[in-house]
Amino acid sequence: MFPRSFEYFAPTSIEDALALLAEHGEDAKVLAGGQSLIPLMKLRFAAPDYIVDINRIQGLDYLEEQDGSLRIGALVRTSDMERSELIASRYPAMAAAAPLISDPVVRNLGTVVGSLCHADPQGDWASVMLAMGAELVCRSATGERRVAIGDLIDGPFTTTLEPNEIATEVHVPDPGAHSFGTYLKLERKVGDFASVGVAVHLALDGDRVERAGIALTAVGAGNIKAKEAEDALAGAVLDDATIDRAASLAAEAADPKTDLRGSADYKREIVRVFVTRALSQAATAKAA
Amino acid sequence: MAVEEKEIEWLGKSVKRKEDDRFVRGAGNYVDDVVLPNMLHMAILRSPFAHARLTSIDTSAAEALDGVVAVVTGALLAEHNLAWMPTLSGDTQAVLATDKVRFQGQEVACVVAENPYIAHDALELIEVEYDPLPVIVDPKKSLDDDAPVIRNDKEGQKDNRIYHWEAGDKEATDRAFEGADVVVSLDTHYPRSHPAPLECCACIADVNPGTGKTTIYMTSQAPHAIRTVFAMVTGLPEQNIQIISPDIGGGFGNKVPVYPGYVVATAASLLIGQPVKWTEDRSGNLASTGFARDFHMHGELALDRDGKMLGLRVGMLSDQGYAYADAQPSKFKAGLFHIVTGSYDMPAAHVVTDGAYTNKAPGGVAYRCSFRVTEASFLIERLVQNAAYEMDMEPAELRRKNFIRPEQFPYTSVTGFIYDSGDYEKALDLALEKSGYNELRAEQKRMRDEGKLLGIGLASFTEVVGAGPSRDYDILGIKMFDSAELRVHPTGKAILKLGVKSQGQGHETTFAQIVASELGIPPDDVTVQEGDTDNTPYGLGTYASRSTPTGGAATAVVARKLREKAKEIAAHTLEVAPEDLEWKGDHFFVKGAPDQSTTIQEVAFAAYTNHPQGMEAGLEGVTYYDPPNMTYPFGTYVVAVEVDAKTGEWKVRTVVAVDDCGIRINPMIVEGQIMGGLTEGFAMSSMQQIAFDEEGNCLGSNFMDYLLPTAWETPHFELHETVTPSPHHPMGCKGVGESATVGSPAAYANAVVDALLHLGVRNIDMPMTSAKVWEAMQQGRQAQDQ
Repeated sequence: MFPRSFEYFAPTSIEDALALLAEHGEDAKVLAGGQSLIPLMKLRFAAPDYIVDINRIQGLDYLEEQDGSLRIGALVRTSDMERSELIASRYPAMAAAAPLISDPVVRNLGTVVGSLCHADPQGDWASVMLAMGAELVCRSATGERRVAIGDLIDGPFTTTLEPNEIATEVHVPDPGAHSFGTYLKLERKVGDFASVGVAVHLALDGDRVERAGIALTAVGAGNIKAKEAEDALAGAVLDDATIDRAASLAAEAADPKTDLRGSADYKREIVRVFVTRALSQAATAKAA
Repeated sequence: MAVEEKEIEWLGKSVKRKEDDRFVRGAGNYVDDVVLPNMLHMAILRSPFAHARLTSIDTSAAEALDGVVAVVTGALLAEHNLAWMPTLSGDTQAVLATDKVRFQGQEVACVVAENPYIAHDALELIEVEYDPLPVIVDPKKSLDDDAPVIRNDKEGQKDNRIYHWEAGDKEATDRAFEGADVVVSLDTHYPRSHPAPLECCACIADVNPGTGKTTIYMTSQAPHAIRTVFAMVTGLPEQNIQIISPDIGGGFGNKVPVYPGYVVATAASLLIGQPVKWTEDRSGNLASTGFARDFHMHGELALDRDGKMLGLRVGMLSDQGYAYADAQPSKFKAGLFHIVTGSYDMPAAHVVTDGAYTNKAPGGVAYRCSFRVTEASFLIERLVQNAAYEMDMEPAELRRKNFIRPEQFPYTSVTGFIYDSGDYEKALDLALEKSGYNELRAEQKRMRDEGKLLGIGLASFTEVVGAGPSRDYDILGIKMFDSAELRVHPTGKAILKLGVKSQGQGHETTFAQIVASELGIPPDDVTVQEGDTDNTPYGLGTYASRSTPTGGAATAVVARKLREKAKEIAAHTLEVAPEDLEWKGDHFFVKGAPDQSTTIQEVAFAAYTNHPQGMEAGLEGVTYYDPPNMTYPFGTYVVAVEVDAKTGEWKVRTVVAVDDCGIRINPMIVEGQIMGGLTEGFAMSSMQQIAFDEEGNCLGSNFMDYLLPTAWETPHFELHETVTPSPHHPMGCKGVGESATVGSPAAYANAVVDALLHLGVRNIDMPMTSAKVWEAMQQGRQAQDQ
């Protein structure tokens, strides 16, 4: 690959990294897994003057529960999520999504936080995090703030992250004692971006859905939170009529474009089919 | 002396590939591995527009960049009469644009610099002004009267038609259709795909001002033909041009043509006096080099009420891009597409073909395919399947009823091919048996009752490979023979030099086995050399499944010649008459006295130390083999797929492939070739397409958009064989490298259509994406509701 020339920094502390960003701001890019940034630089679609590689900063790879919520550090790779017993036992939507993201080589390097910051409308992690109600912890030299994933995404490949900020952590609220979750993805081959993706997270209280999170991938300018479908499920029992209604509302929330992957109608129908499948699976799991 | 028992039968043995040792160790030697002293690096600036007038190019900023040695434009090349070059189909193609750009990705300028980073930086400093012109992406509209003429550079070219070419007998075919009980028709587009070899194009041009010698390292499937073309284009004396094609990371037809990068690098090296390397990137490869297929096809099949085929009518429009730039036997404008009657005893056929220019990359290379037999095989096998549905016949039985029967070979087809040998029913029966075809049909019925979709597809293909007999086959006038030179050294080891060129096919093993089989020198003692034009005999290269039919035959013939001479020498050393000797695997012995014998190694030593008076010393020879006919491999493939009725996704459950390529030299290598072809057939049927939008933007110029299947989705393949030797090949072999790419796409397509039969679906164009399958189901359901 022949990118434009750039200056490379590999700070060993988050403070040093933040100082570099404070100095170079918009001319700098943070390098974590590099699975989105490096291809863009290869094609010269991105040509940052400064690269701040955070891989040598110790202690950013934590994946743990603390005070009832999950913290995913900025250097947690998708393959870490794929192999984590904690994720497998408590966060089924994440466990379902992780192995569907790209291919093993990309998963070994690509990070969850990096995927969120890249804000690709076809990115899988953002839908999962939207469904789970996650927040991103953003640090700068002067402070720290939390941004809900829905507020982070500002359009295709655009976020509200400031040039002097590093996203250090994803913070995921308690999924509930009884929960269901899954991620369904239509792709053309292994390693492909989503043609359509659907993330579903349900906090359950006996027969009833206490809280529902549904988010959609690749059917709009950003990942879409299917608010009306979520509302239709809140407090409801998962019978066929409820499932149909929620699935239709989710399909209505989608705003897909016709392309080589399929027509807008097709993609909207896939959203409906996937939400139906996910909720039916939840209903069956609950019954069993 | 007595001969100890050892291995003497090398034919049909799965010898491990000799070349793999260096490949698995990462010790291969590809063009990009070659580094020469003072070597410069070249990068190409490509057009963002599909059709535009070139109004100005300003290279001053690029030239001023530190480390840039030269910026080459079309205007500079034009001064040396090098702005245009001939294609292997007798058309012309721009080396660098001078007047217009005619496709997105066309080469506009090249930077030569001290390193590739600087070269790429300089590309961004070249300022080009374009004046956009109307873009033609649809070959049908391209032939409209008012369509803008894309090739206005060509004198006398008043429209966008490249050729109109017909085969067969129109009147006889019309009569056949008049008398038909049933006529089935099909319109289908075989989409534009790309061979996408793992290694993209690359060359190093080294024009040495001191010696006058031009050495070009190039990843080429046809180095000798390239040398001749270079001599003709540049005017350099051919004896001063050496093409070295080292290890090649896949070709699939993509590395037969000459590309602009090769010509510019050579011109730059000539002007600068230093070696110039050009290594293409993936986007450049996909967007600008030889694509494949892109045939818009119409077929009509006439049958009587019993299902006997009466006639075939075919119309084909080829989207060639802006230049007719495939390698083509010059006699056949649409390649060998007119073999479209396939495996069937067709009483009449008429084939009408047209080629059209569009604002797309040039090419039309036969991607793992013998000159367009892939598209032909796809059309007839799809038509026959649909005819069976129309007549409510079992597709296997309709095929059986119409196969060319074994006793009809050699069979002369109505479009002019002489099929050498075949036993189609045997291959069909084996495929049906091994796939459990009848059980699959029963299961299909059961599943459909449960609302689940299982589809079963068949294809009984026949190929025509091994170009070719000199009476019919030439490229730019050069006849399509091929050659082998065999030298046996005094110690009984040998070197075999060939005019063909492996790109992964395993020549170093297969051809060594031929020598071993014919001359008794074990494969490990035979070095196979290819790809260096100074050190191998002339040949047309490796594509169109031609290496074993031509180069392999030449190897057998030259080995037999040497065996004849060896017999004379053996008679001399054993002090008997040659006619008293018999040959057994690797030694001669005296008839009736097997103890009196001499090995080929002993004979080889004698050829240099104790040869008979009056005989020339040495044991070597060269053969140019002009095949008497093409070879016609065939087979039947059965594919079963399950289709998701809600999403249109489909998964392959079964692939049973029965191939008959005559005698197999190395069964392991043959099976590897078949699996590769079945994978590529799966890719074409399910996911691959180089698409364009209305502005001519290429939508398939990277591996995010142009999809290659991984091991994950690639089906499991079950392989079987029948053996019907070629009667004219010295070893009974036929070519096989492309059989599965040719035969399998129709089997996959037939399977998916078969799953949706009850919805009235009769066609889904490839690639059969889940979206297209869903649309077809939707239309079928809506039609049934009405």
